[in-house]
Amino acid sequence: MEKFQSLISTAVPVSVENIDTDQIIPARFLKATTRDGFGENLFRDWRYNGDNTPKDFVLNDAKYSGKILVAGKNFGCGSSREHAAWAIHDYGFKVVVSSFFADIFKNNALNNGLLPITVSAMFLQKMFNAIEADPKSEIKVDLENQFIQITASGESENFEINAYKKVCMINGFDNIDYLLSIKDKIKEYEQKRVLA
Amino acid sequence: MSGKTLFDKIWDKHVVTTIPDGPEVFYIDIHYIHEVTSPQAFEGLRKRGIPVFNTKQVVATADHNVPTENQHLPIQNDLSRKQVDQLISNCAEFGVELYGLNHPYQGIVHVIGPELGITRPGMTMVCGDSHTSTHGAFGCIAFGIGTSEVEQVLATQCLLQNKPMRMRINIDGDLKKGVHSKDIILYCIAKLTAGGGTGYFIEFAGSAITSLSMEARMTICNMSIEMGARGGLIAPDETTFNYVNGKKFAPKGTEFDAAVAEWKELYSDAEAVFDAEYTYDAADIAPMITYGTNPGMGIKINENVPSASDIDDVKERESFNKALEYMGLESGQKLLGKAINYVFVGSCTNARIEDFRIVAEVVKGRQKAANVKAYIVPGSKQVEKQIYAEGIDKVLEAAGFEIRQPGCSACLAMNDDKVPAGEYCVSTSNRNFEGRQGPGARTLLASPATAAATAINGYLTDVRELI
Repeated sequence: MEKFQSLISTAVPVSVENIDTDQIIPARFLKATTRDGFGENLFRDWRYNGDNTPKDFVLNDAKYSGKILVAGKNFGCGSSREHAAWAIHDYGFKVVVSSFFADIFKNNALNNGLLPITVSAMFLQKMFNAIEADPKSEIKVDLENQFIQITASGESENFEINAYKKVCMINGFDNIDYLLSIKDKIKEYEQKRVLA
Repeated sequence: MSGKTLFDKIWDKHVVTTIPDGPEVFYIDIHYIHEVTSPQAFEGLRKRGIPVFNTKQVVATADHNVPTENQHLPIQNDLSRKQVDQLISNCAEFGVELYGLNHPYQGIVHVIGPELGITRPGMTMVCGDSHTSTHGAFGCIAFGIGTSEVEQVLATQCLLQNKPMRMRINIDGDLKKGVHSKDIILYCIAKLTAGGGTGYFIEFAGSAITSLSMEARMTICNMSIEMGARGGLIAPDETTFNYVNGKKFAPKGTEFDAAVAEWKELYSDAEAVFDAEYTYDAADIAPMITYGTNPGMGIKINENVPSASDIDDVKERESFNKALEYMGLESGQKLLGKAINYVFVGSCTNARIEDFRIVAEVVKGRQKAANVKAYIVPGSKQVEKQIYAEGIDKVLEAAGFEIRQPGCSACLAMNDDKVPAGEYCVSTSNRNFEGRQGPGARTLLASPATAAATAINGYLTDVRELI
């Protein structure tokens, strides 16, 4: 897994609530058997019409770019498809900010080196306002110190992250390495259960 | 001493160890897999050069991508065929049991597990599919996971998990005529919103729940994810034991009796404390319909679409208006009587035998409206067989319906079963997201009874008028 420590970047705002994983990557694009190339179809039906001509959508607006996606509350609800996290990451985002994430999406993101940051509704609004006022507004994310800052105004907020997940993100560790290292313990548990 | 919830009793038994300041190593009894979310996980095992940890605890089927016609022929779509073939070769290579296309046990993963007796009370189970919550109806901890986690479970039979919070929803009293379990869960989601259960596991309880069949209970747990909850569960009782008894892989004879004795311990203690609790009156629940683009946007079928002006929060109002625009509906509009050209009866939510019995009861002696194209899709080969054995096929065919072959079908439109752009579909599935049933398709979620009544009239119908 890719390491994540900190970054400073402009951000792309998608100010919609309850963005489900079918919007992030529609089911008809889930037929691949590898993890690559999903970025091309990120937000497919919001980006393109049926005839593949571009729609009026923020990802098609040259004003906005960057490695941070900022979205409305309850981001990533719906299907468990990890393809949603793969698509966002493959497109070039390293961080997703929202005031509320769906559980499975959050886990999937963390398992792929994509940092989900939960901020207060008020801070989220400040971010939208700052980006709207100046699409070149930079956002600073510091995982070690767990804060996110709107660089121009200096306004910042701390965010929570599970201590174990933080270590994994910073060092690029993945869960399987850890689980394989305690294989004997798992086997011991299985034995005890059978006997019980 | 405070009591334990049903959820805690099962969870605590499955903790292998706890990482200091971190998650718990959580043991998984049964891992269901399917063709869409498993290929990258098997590829991961291959790259690491490791086997499946415990092949006997993995069960595979092909469901998401399969056609629902001519299943005996090679799959036409190249990518779908490749994905299904990949599942076949992965299962053969790693020694996993596969109930693939044309196998008598094939079907939607959340339909076949219970009907084969693989899903049993007290178990933990996962699948790379959010509707794994379905299995909670048996008193299980069952939840959906992503593909990296599928790989973790294949590799170690474990997951790293933080214990979620506990919620209980009580539904007390008797359901009114024409009201089904689908209406109960759509009612709950409308009350609590599409994100209201996030961070929780939900136990459903109360007399309206315990009086339901296993099929109906599965519909409720199935959609607990649509509130954002990882899963739902219901304490096992005689209804559960009777359902499991005699199923193909269920324990037999004295082993079954011993299992039942253990299963009888699976209930929330009277003193158990929940992090959140809600109680609703069954009599207040009516046939439900959704009008928007998430399952929380639901109303009683005879109510009007809410008005944007009643929503105070600006962001919420913007999202509401965006949803209505997509749906081609107006604030305050009446929905009953709206012309509907597509009806889908199927999916892991409502494609069990009881669902088709309900449809047959409504359509018996009537004719499908000429404007309606109906997808009637059994959840599994066994459900399909039962439909024919009970003569439900005759009733449906006489009314002008065709029965297709098992699969996920128009629930997520990965195969050819799609709803065209701009068309409305009254669907017994679980999600009304934009484009879920095909680009531009407009989904109205409802019970099988409502879907059947609508197919007969060709417009959105309150089933209570037909029964």
